[in-house]
Amino acid sequence: MNFDSLLWVLLLGSLLGLELIGKVPPTLHTPLMSGANAISGITMLAALTAIIKAEPNSPLLIIGSISLGFALFNVVGGFFVTDRMLAMFSRKPTKKNK
Amino acid sequence: MNLPDIIKFVIDLVAVLLLALGIKGLSKVRSAREANILAAFAMLLSVIGLLSYYLGTSGIPSQSWVWIIVGSLVGSLLGTLLAKKVPMTSMPETVALFNGFGGMSSLLVAIGAFLFPFNEVAKSVSLEPFINDLSISVSIFVGAITFSGSIVAMAKLQGWLSTPRWTQVKARHFVNIVFGVTSLVAFIYLISGNISSIWLLVIASTLLGVGVTLPIGGADMPVVISLLNSYSGIAAAAAGFVVDSQLLIVAGAMVGAAGLILTQVMCKGMNRSLISVLFGGSLSAQTTSSSGSGEYTNITSCSVEECALTLEAANRVIVVPGYGLAVAQAQHTLREVTKKLEQNGIEVVYAIHPVAGRMPGHMNVLLAEADVPYEQLKEMDIVNPEFPATDVVLVLGANDVVNPQAKNDKSSPLYGMPVLDVQEARTVFVIKRGMSAGYSGIKNDLFDLPNTSMVFGDAKKVLSELIGELKDLGVGEK
Repeated sequence: MNFDSLLWVLLLGSLLGLELIGKVPPTLHTPLMSGANAISGITMLAALTAIIKAEPNSPLLIIGSISLGFALFNVVGGFFVTDRMLAMFSRKPTKKNK
Repeated sequence: MNLPDIIKFVIDLVAVLLLALGIKGLSKVRSAREANILAAFAMLLSVIGLLSYYLGTSGIPSQSWVWIIVGSLVGSLLGTLLAKKVPMTSMPETVALFNGFGGMSSLLVAIGAFLFPFNEVAKSVSLEPFINDLSISVSIFVGAITFSGSIVAMAKLQGWLSTPRWTQVKARHFVNIVFGVTSLVAFIYLISGNISSIWLLVIASTLLGVGVTLPIGGADMPVVISLLNSYSGIAAAAAGFVVDSQLLIVAGAMVGAAGLILTQVMCKGMNRSLISVLFGGSLSAQTTSSSGSGEYTNITSCSVEECALTLEAANRVIVVPGYGLAVAQAQHTLREVTKKLEQNGIEVVYAIHPVAGRMPGHMNVLLAEADVPYEQLKEMDIVNPEFPATDVVLVLGANDVVNPQAKNDKSSPLYGMPVLDVQEARTVFVIKRGMSAGYSGIKNDLFDLPNTSMVFGDAKKVLSELIGELKDLGVGEK
């Protein structure tokens, strides 16, 4: 991809992001933040690319691996924690009020 | 386009679509949980897409596999462990920590890409080296700020770091400007090919993240975390330019933009502008210097027994939960109390201030954990007109969000913040450990009002005593 088409991608992606969420009920602020945060761990793709393209024995392997670890910590932990929060809401229609 | 290209293209496209649907779904109560799983699936898909692409083209050296597996196992395991173990009350700081690690990831990749260039595309035709260096520099800058800012935010929310007094001095702006300018200089050096300035950029932007976050008061922290979350999206998008990945750019940009909107929504809830959050410093430090009228004159304290008697005679009770409830982990005990009241035919409603607790939605999560029916949680705008027709208000560990100063006192730093009009109710009980100020550090005029009684003690302890008293009165046993 050349630079200007990547810029278009950036622009359209940002516009999409601006439109995606309009009114958010306060209940969901924390889960939404947490979920979006997990998605921002998508940098794991960059870390993967770095590891795959690194020359043998290059320190890049280690740097990439640490970076991948940090990213996955963010992604996996982020999704789990979001799910934990949301699980508490989804219980409410099934009335636990004996 | 050959086959691996096409496959990757399709997978990426699907992944972006699912991520967008995921973010959208997360903003609606009905679909939130599924949306989260959808987004997680999209992330997995994107990894599969990337790996299969390289398997189909250049191949993945076995050495790389080892490092991939080590990195992902360690990261995922630790992340899962933390996510499962952390108590619900520390959600905000957990999100901050995750966010900081995401920033760290972008920072490391960018450093790696700069010191050991692997992106041959960058050196050949399509991407100019300048663009490559520019995106690496942006990634380092934003990644470092995200990392250090998030860690400081987490430490402050955990109570490991207080707001040091010296950070409230105006000179802090000067210090931050120095960090900022240093970062900028290093940035310019770096994109003009001076490799050694990379470390200067890392250090200066890390310090900038600390310097900007440290003076911000705890009440504003959620906004900061949300903003830093948006930054980590930007860092991801910048990393996307480094490795030439449209998927990374789109996803990063989406999170960055959505994060900005969410930050805006939160600011509105607190009636604060983003600028005043970022540069206004902590509220408490300003008040202690400007108005010293922090003395209470008319405090009525009462026993748990009196509180129980009043509750028994009530027809309608509103509970106002706050951070104190979360800290005391008293949500289940509270639920027992309200169950007893309900069995006696007393109407119970929970008034949820948009920023009660340390993060919007904090109280909803907490009360949901204690099986409080969702319909009983009422938002501020809906519940405010109901206070005059209410017999008893129980304020549990909430402070600033029930401070009438925000409505009456123009000189108050809280002035203009929307608050719950609890003083309109017949009787207000404030269950609180002591007379200490709330997170903003401001005196609460509510405590001085004649219809307010203080019940001192830890929320959980008071509530369990309350259960005993109610039992003695025969409440909830009919």
